[in-house]
Amino acid sequence: MDFLQVTLYLLDGFKLTCLLFALTLIISLPLGLLISFCTMSKIKPVSYVARVIVWIVRGVPLMLQIFIIYYVPGFFDFNIFAKVDNFFFLNTGMKDMGRFIAVLIAFSVNYACYFSEIFRGGIQSIPVGQYEACAVLGMKRRQTFIHIILPQVIKRIVPPTSNEVITLVKDTALSRVILVSELIMQAEKLMASALIWPLFYSGVFYLVFVGILTLLFNYIEKKLSYYKV
Amino acid sequence: MALLEVTGITKKFGETEVLKGINFELDKGEVLTIIGSSGSGKTTLLRCLNYLETADTGKVVLDGEIIFDGNEKGKIKAEEIRRKRLNLGLVFQSFNLFPHYNVLKNVTVAPTMHAKEKLKEQKKSISRLKGEQKKKAKEELKKRKEEILSGIEKEAKEVLVRVGLGDKLLSYPCELSGGQQQRVAIARALILKPKILCFDEPTSALDPELTGEVLRVIRELKNDGRTMIIVTHEMGFAKSVSDKVIFMSEGVVAEEGTPRKIFDNPENPVTKAFLASAKDSDF
Ligand SMILES: Nc1ncnc2c1ncn2[C@@H]1O[C@H](COP(=O)(O)OP(=O)(O)OP(=O)(O)O)[C@@H](O)[C@H]1O
Ligand SMILES: [Mg+2]
Repeated sequence: MDFLQVTLYLLDGFKLTCLLFALTLIISLPLGLLISFCTMSKIKPVSYVARVIVWIVRGVPLMLQIFIIYYVPGFFDFNIFAKVDNFFFLNTGMKDMGRFIAVLIAFSVNYACYFSEIFRGGIQSIPVGQYEACAVLGMKRRQTFIHIILPQVIKRIVPPTSNEVITLVKDTALSRVILVSELIMQAEKLMASALIWPLFYSGVFYLVFVGILTLLFNYIEKKLSYYKV
Repeated sequence: MALLEVTGITKKFGETEVLKGINFELDKGEVLTIIGSSGSGKTTLLRCLNYLETADTGKVVLDGEIIFDGNEKGKIKAEEIRRKRLNLGLVFQSFNLFPHYNVLKNVTVAPTMHAKEKLKEQKKSISRLKGEQKKKAKEELKKRKEEILSGIEKEAKEVLVRVGLGDKLLSYPCELSGGQQQRVAIARALILKPKILCFDEPTSALDPELTGEVLRVIRELKNDGRTMIIVTHEMGFAKSVSDKVIFMSEGVVAEEGTPRKIFDNPENPVTKAFLASAKDSDF
């Protein structure tokens, strides 16, 4: 295989990496906000349960969580992901959809929990005076949150969030533990034909991706620097 | 009848009784200043009037409308509190401007929200209409919306000019001095046309050379006939601006009267002691 062929072959895996990355963000950001609301809830059982979930999810290796999500349904004789695999293969010819969905669930929940802690920190760092000012101006709670609190929270959480997002790029490689053909797994397959350099070459894809994200986050930070708190 | 009647307001935080039955009245156009030592409950009283705290017992009647009733406090809905509290405005010691909005937007944001809410209701009633009629009503509403919003902006500019910030409309709070920020906060409260404007130590967070510009604005508001309640440690200002002074001590109104009476002829020995110590530090 020449360089171009290898590149195309790796791009196949990289597509899946990007898809997993994007879908995880799309699901985990709003889910994280929801979980952060739960952890801050005045209803004690809700906040308690949410905190325990966050503790477990952040306390167990993501790799293990992928295994758990993928294999546990099988213990109950309900191998949902294998069924999804089959379903998609028979109907669309796509392979490994069930595995992909299992990984997506694990990633989304895991990252939602990390994001929820970032959001919670951001929301709780807004001085109570902001809420009180809104209250005496007759704003509703919804208006207060959307127009006054959230914009300030976003400014504060951009740096920690960008850290998590960059970590996510590289964490996607973990999905190969249940044989999702992401970038590194594709590179590994080539080792069967005695090609080692593609494995190292795959690092370039991550570097470029992370480089673009870094520029993007720098841009956002700059955009939001028009005011100080 | 007085514009504001406050009777028997009590408030406990846990076991500590911070307000032990506050009574006072205020007429339209009058300025009331509340003085008293630290921890006597002045802030708590203002916060109760503005529903930032819920008093335990007592009654507040403003312009004939019951603003707070200790016997009904569990039953009142959030929406009603929101409406009632707009009768009063509150300016905080720490300004609490919205840092992500410029000066103009800080002032327009609340009235714009209120206007949009009203327009939304009207929009709902339009949706029942049909065909040509509906189209026409929609266009009219759109025009009215533009008028209202530009009206709010015009008014905001006027109030900002009044507090001396006509040239700072597009600045952000972080670019302003404390005195300027506090004047924005005053404009932000004024545009909602509260029947009574409350101030909680409006100059305490300011460098001494900046207090003058804020006090001047408050004095001008008095000259316009605004009804105000001012908690302050600026004794000279209190004496000259108020029609009525309340001296609070340990959760009760220890003495009240005209500024002359309170500052020149206090009866209560506690008032005397407080004023003597205030003289040492303030004058
Ligand atoms: N949220 C709260 N929880 C518990 N105690 C409170 C709370 N708010 C105020 N207090 C207590 O109530 C008392 C009165 O406080 P308040 O802030 O009303 O006093 P103040 O007269 O405004 O004093 P200062 O001149 O220092 O501003 C104080 O002893 C204070 O510790
Ligand atoms: Mg106070």
